[in-house]
Amino acid sequence: MSPTVLFPAAHPVEPLLCLRQLACERDGRMLIEGLDLDFNAGEIVQIAGPNGVGKTTLLRCLASLSQYYQGEILWQGRELQSQLFNYRQNLLYLGHQTGIKAALTPRQNLAWYLGQQAREMDFQQQLEQALDAVDLFGYEDMPCHNLSAGQQRRVALARLFLSRARVWVLDEPLTAIDKAGVLKLAALFEQHSKQGGLVLLTTHQELDLKQLRKIDLSDYIAASEVFDND
Amino acid sequence: MTDVSPQNLSLRHSLWAMFKRDMALVVRHRGELANPLVFFLLVLTMVPLGISPDPTVLSTLAPGMLWVVALLATLLSLDGLFRQDFDDGSLEQMVISPQPLYAMVVVKIIVHWLSTGLPLTLLTPLLGVMLALPSEGYLPLLLSLLLGTGSLSLIGAIGSALTVSLRKGGLLLSLIVMPLYVPVLIFGASSVKAAIEGFPYNAQLAVLGAMLAIAIILAPFAIAGALRISVNN
Repeated sequence: MSPTVLFPAAHPVEPLLCLRQLACERDGRMLIEGLDLDFNAGEIVQIAGPNGVGKTTLLRCLASLSQYYQGEILWQGRELQSQLFNYRQNLLYLGHQTGIKAALTPRQNLAWYLGQQAREMDFQQQLEQALDAVDLFGYEDMPCHNLSAGQQRRVALARLFLSRARVWVLDEPLTAIDKAGVLKLAALFEQHSKQGGLVLLTTHQELDLKQLRKIDLSDYIAASEVFDND
Repeated sequence: MTDVSPQNLSLRHSLWAMFKRDMALVVRHRGELANPLVFFLLVLTMVPLGISPDPTVLSTLAPGMLWVVALLATLLSLDGLFRQDFDDGSLEQMVISPQPLYAMVVVKIIVHWLSTGLPLTLLTPLLGVMLALPSEGYLPLLLSLLLGTGSLSLIGAIGSALTVSLRKGGLLLSLIVMPLYVPVLIFGASSVKAAIEGFPYNAQLAVLGAMLAIAIILAPFAIAGALRISVNN
């Protein structure tokens, strides 16, 4: 069930993701600016800050979903926008909207997701193990709208157990998850970081992790100025 | 050179997964599938009642009427094409997937056509009878709708992709898409008219085929681009 691929450290000293003077905008308003950060392989980074400070906006930029930013995002030392294909092969993004179809079963949802991730088709067994790992054993073929909010979230989180992506960008992954589930996920994050992965997440819950690195976005709030490029 | 590269293989799997999921959704949401068809049926049932049951009047109206209502029925189905995917976040996952968005969009439109354009086309002969369509008109009507509804789905998807991030995109969608539908309507309806009047209709069908070919190649680019913009905010 656990990802067995160990990521080869081609450039052990080089950070996976670098932000250079990054400034993010939402709806024409600059939210955060002056981010100069390096994210290394093996780190678990919690992006913290009060509501509306720009956590989701930053994560959407890092997930290559939003291009409304100034400054640079470097992936393995090179500009992100010039190597989107390579980056996206290494990316797992889980947003507020999880991409789970309520009308379909967990099995159908995950099969679609794995298809989009260019995975081979004989993944039925892995898929069942992943659903087992998020305590959805026995619910594989029940439409998701019959599941509770927490269970629906777990269907989306099952992707983490199937992931071969190196960078995990998770926006509030722990919403509606019970205590035991949070512990399990924390262990999974730790395992992923040990294998040379990088976890970037936002959460308002306390995470009990030794090597958790906290970044408070309140330190980077932009003096209210507006982007002039459209 | 007989090897299939893993890249192609995984793309095929990925598109198959997309197709299977969307077909499963169509089956789950049968009501939405029936919506344009019921509209089509209802409007065309009203025509003889509202205008005149006289077969000579109806047969002159029939080609244009069938085409116009088929077009409006397609328009009715467009708003939901990407709406759900946008709302539940699947669209984001599609955009950041390493697979080409172009190909995924083509699959989505094929599913859309299979669930609206094709049933509309198959329903038309029945409604032709109701509108006293002369017998020479049936074949060109079927052929022109078969070619034309494909273009309608593709062109409509551009408007749907552009307006998906707007809360109330319905009116804007119609305004964007309607002018682009006009050529399809003109050639579609005129092929049926020509056949009824005893003229050859190959030219109109050829033009419809050409429009479909261009739309298949170019529209997915526009749709993929519009979806990226819609997600990017």
